[in-house]
Amino acid sequence: MTHTTAAATLTTLLPTNVVANTITSTTGYAAFTLWLLVALPAAAGGLVIVVPAVRRVAAPVAIAVSTVVVAASAVVAVGRPTVAFPFVAGSDFALGVDGLSALLVPTVAVVTLLVLVFAAADVRENRARFNGLMLLFSASASLTATALTLPTLLTGWEVMGATSYALIGFWWWETDRVSAGLTAFLTTRLGDLGLYLAAGAAVAARVGLSLGDLGAAAGSGTGTGAGWSDVIAAGMLVAALGKAAQLPFSFWLSRAMEGPSPVSALLHSAAMVAMGGYLLLRAEPLLTATSWAPTVTAWAGVLTALGLGAVALAQTDLKQLLAASTGSQLGFVVLAAGVGSVAGGTAQLVAHAATKALLFLAAGAWLTALGTKHLDGLLGVARRWPLVGWCATIGAASLAGLPPLSLWATKDAVLAAALEQSPWLYAAGLAAAALSAAYAAKIVVVIWRRPSAVEEGEAQRHLDEEEQGTREVTTWQRIPLLPLAAGAMLLGLLALPPLADAVARTVGGGTDVGASPLELAVSGLIAVVVGLAVWWWGTPSPAWAAGWLGLERAAHRFVVEPTLALARSLDQVDRRLDRGVWALAGAVTGGKQASGSGAQPGHGGLGTAAGTPSDTRGLAGLAARFDQALDDAVHGLTGRIRGLGQLARRPQTGQLHHYYLQAVAFLAALLLLLLLPLMVR
Amino acid sequence: MLSLLVFLPLVAAVVLAAVPRLGDAVARWLWLGVAAVEVVLVGVAWAGFTTPAPGRLALDQQVEWIPGVRSSYHVGVDGLSLPLVAMTAVVFLACAVYSLKEARRPRLHAALLLFLQSVSIGLFVSADLILFFVFFDLSIVAMYFLTAGWGHANAARSALQFFLYTFLGSLALLVGFIGLYVYADPHTFDMLELIAAKPLAGHGLAAGLVLAAILLGLAVKTPTVPFHTWLPPAHTDASSVGSAVLAAVLLKMGTYGFVRIAMPMLPEAWRAWAWVILVVGIVSVLYGALVALAQSNIKRMVAYTSVNHMGYVVMAVGAAGLVAGDAAQARGIAVTGAVTEMVSHGLITAALFLLVGTLHQRAGTYEMAEFGGLARTAPKLAGLFAVGAFASLGLPALSGFIAEFQIFTGSIAVAPVTAIALLGILITAALFLLSLQRIFTGELRGRSFGFADLHPREVWAGGILLGLSLLIGVYPAPLLAVIEPAATAVVTLLGR
Repeated sequence: MTHTTAAATLTTLLPTNVVANTITSTTGYAAFTLWLLVALPAAAGGLVIVVPAVRRVAAPVAIAVSTVVVAASAVVAVGRPTVAFPFVAGSDFALGVDGLSALLVPTVAVVTLLVLVFAAADVRENRARFNGLMLLFSASASLTATALTLPTLLTGWEVMGATSYALIGFWWWETDRVSAGLTAFLTTRLGDLGLYLAAGAAVAARVGLSLGDLGAAAGSGTGTGAGWSDVIAAGMLVAALGKAAQLPFSFWLSRAMEGPSPVSALLHSAAMVAMGGYLLLRAEPLLTATSWAPTVTAWAGVLTALGLGAVALAQTDLKQLLAASTGSQLGFVVLAAGVGSVAGGTAQLVAHAATKALLFLAAGAWLTALGTKHLDGLLGVARRWPLVGWCATIGAASLAGLPPLSLWATKDAVLAAALEQSPWLYAAGLAAAALSAAYAAKIVVVIWRRPSAVEEGEAQRHLDEEEQGTREVTTWQRIPLLPLAAGAMLLGLLALPPLADAVARTVGGGTDVGASPLELAVSGLIAVVVGLAVWWWGTPSPAWAAGWLGLERAAHRFVVEPTLALARSLDQVDRRLDRGVWALAGAVTGGKQASGSGAQPGHGGLGTAAGTPSDTRGLAGLAARFDQALDDAVHGLTGRIRGLGQLARRPQTGQLHHYYLQAVAFLAALLLLLLLPLMVR
Repeated sequence: MLSLLVFLPLVAAVVLAAVPRLGDAVARWLWLGVAAVEVVLVGVAWAGFTTPAPGRLALDQQVEWIPGVRSSYHVGVDGLSLPLVAMTAVVFLACAVYSLKEARRPRLHAALLLFLQSVSIGLFVSADLILFFVFFDLSIVAMYFLTAGWGHANAARSALQFFLYTFLGSLALLVGFIGLYVYADPHTFDMLELIAAKPLAGHGLAAGLVLAAILLGLAVKTPTVPFHTWLPPAHTDASSVGSAVLAAVLLKMGTYGFVRIAMPMLPEAWRAWAWVILVVGIVSVLYGALVALAQSNIKRMVAYTSVNHMGYVVMAVGAAGLVAGDAAQARGIAVTGAVTEMVSHGLITAALFLLVGTLHQRAGTYEMAEFGGLARTAPKLAGLFAVGAFASLGLPALSGFIAEFQIFTGSIAVAPVTAIALLGILITAALFLLSLQRIFTGELRGRSFGFADLHPREVWAGGILLGLSLLIGVYPAPLLAVIEPAATAVVTLLGR
């Protein structure tokens, strides 16, 4: 057959089946700004880490860049651009701003800027690495928030995880902190596998990898589509629960507190953890397309809000308390996604971002000044630095759900939608709100309390237990607290009339009902009563919740250790397999002893047929002799090669002809191999 | 053009081998120069490349060689081979940069690697089975000498094990090739003619046997479980450059054989055995990752991750053979991912082996327990290794993700059972981060004291490879535009 006919045969097979969902880019300055939003901090982050000249001005560069990003976020929130370029097979790399991201992207940008300003005064070592990683993180968070396709989302999502690993383990010379980063990365990546699975299911259902089109998997109805939409929803749900530190994944967030406080102020308030909740709000139509996902989501959220609320109450370490509270508050966002309260969930997300960033920064300021984050060490700290104290109090009051502060209103917007679904969900949500009020009141009581002499001594013992305190809070550590405190006070307006309707229109979708005055009054009353109770009688401290419900221990016992044990035994199997191969080779070349050359009794099947224990020694001996013979032969060979090298280094010794001879022999051998096919003929 | 690519390094190798008066410095720089020219030539070829018509190759060239068996010197490239040729040229360039201070017989070392580069590029551009086979075996010979002559510890034993094992594998491959030749009418070794003719269509048993022989040969080279046991010792005892080339280039000869030879020439048999291939792939993914997790020797660990990564490729090409319903798009995505993985794994693993090699070169050991806090004394090494580790565990924005995302979406869509292999990327993440933690973090201890950080040439060698991985990870379109049509064509050929 000639080439032309071959070609002719194949032309008829030319594929015409390539289906790819294309996303139309908008043009103009808004589109350019959207690229800038992601590319500028990413590029600047890389430069700040790598280029020595930029390293020296890391903090100013980072603050300048994030200021530009704040402006860019405003531009894209108004302009609503979409941009795309070809990425993987079957999907674009596409970013776009819709109503939901128009609220979230500026939130992330502003919190990033404020945290970086705080950190410029707070983080005093390895500034280049810190600021670079924070910029990379913020780029990936913006990417996550604006992603329009699954691979784009995964890119932001997992780079966020990787930079968070590096930031948690920022003080890498302490192994525990690095290992905390590892725990965070692996736990969230376990969840991320859900997104890979969802992508596979989307391709199987042939709806494409566009986030907006995924819901069509259920719509396709016939045959393949129906089951795949369940897989997509399940994958998204697992990924989001992992990232949002919901039960049972929550333990990584506890470990993550070993990183610097400014890291928590961004990652565990406005981004990273928040992105888990955000994904579910974005995927809400996808959840409702299945019969089970909304219910499961709602209960996962409300149970986390309850469970981690109890955990927060039991903590004696301020950052641990705040971490548990983050998981608990994100539980309300997850609940919102489950009950279709997209606007309420978004408001909760934004209000919580300001509130929690504020509290983490206050905790960080005290940690830097006093060297402790233990509640006993922080007694009366608000009296020492009143501005920080008052800001933290506003944050705690918002967290408690005290009217008229922000989380009071946003939480009720979510709970109102929950009540539409089930009174039990509503009741559980109210109980979680009461827990929030209790642990928030605990913070306020501690920081304002006038310590007795005994308590004073106790507090002294905690000083400098984490690091050497500076005993001062600088101006630049204070300034970022003010706008955040304003946010903690006012952002609740997003969930109250008249703004609530505008928010609902902006984010689109969802079935928000808005909290009735009665509901608002009930939850406000609960917050006040619980707060006063804590003030008078002190906080109950449920000991069973102090260890984060034993989740990390369980993960070690039931996942990590069995996996490591399996790995070790497979390693042994592999070494036996290798010995088996050698023994087999020995048996084959040795001839008649070939019957049964298992290297070890009980594992003989890996070599050939199992040998009986009695002949093992003989076979092992045979293998050893074979090894020896091989070694001798090979040593001879390598000796010659080494000789070649020595000769090469002293060509003037008169032994040159030896070298040429061997080179010729080598080439001849190659030629022989080249000609081998001729002989085959 | 392609012949220049193939034979330029060979000529340089012969010159270096034949003229001992050339000093060591000249040898090193000549090697570097030729490697750089090769990269430029590949760039030129890439710039002028357009996807050839089905059944054709671009830049092809055919010269009569052994007319008696209708075997010719026939070379050409398409979207399957061009990316591998490019990756090969880049990896050898990185090796040349890395070896600028090679102290042990630098002239012979350069000659041998130039020869190996000729052979490797020759294999990827071969359009004739005999030519392919000759390059396949010559690569084994060259690798044997490279390991035995420049390795350490049990280099001789490991090199011999490598040689015997893969040489036996190549014989199985030859048997398969002869089977194809015999059943083709008229008899031929020309790949394009064999693909068009699919010689064993309708010969169920014979086709199965021929495929089995070819698969065995390729499985040893790839390697897949359970034929992988030559790989860890070969890597552990080979020189850094040897390991880099072995992992980056030689392993790809196995996986390339799947998409170039086995799938298009034996479509029926491939479809019949697709489930077996798929399962071998999944087992390799999980087994490779788990055994890697148990290693205390960093180089051995990286070696086992190759078994894991090649497992993804095998799984994807297995899934591509499951022709059921109308999932051609998904199967195309899987094959695109598989070819991308070959390029990506080449870049990343070569970088990792070159970087890890500095541990042994400076401290005499690969045992992770001997180090600790190394980021203090070797921050550049720590940074580059971290990037390499994240690339290898499939972090997005680096090439590994582009490959694995496509492999998984395509494979899961065709065969949902492949979702089990997702655990592979989790275990790989665990083992790389654990090794990063053990060697580089914590208090400064053991052999980390006084450890000299990377020289500029080592930074460049790793940087070139990882930089390219980053480029592909962020903007894969130029690469995928070349691979996708070819992958789709393979899927179409497989469906015949």
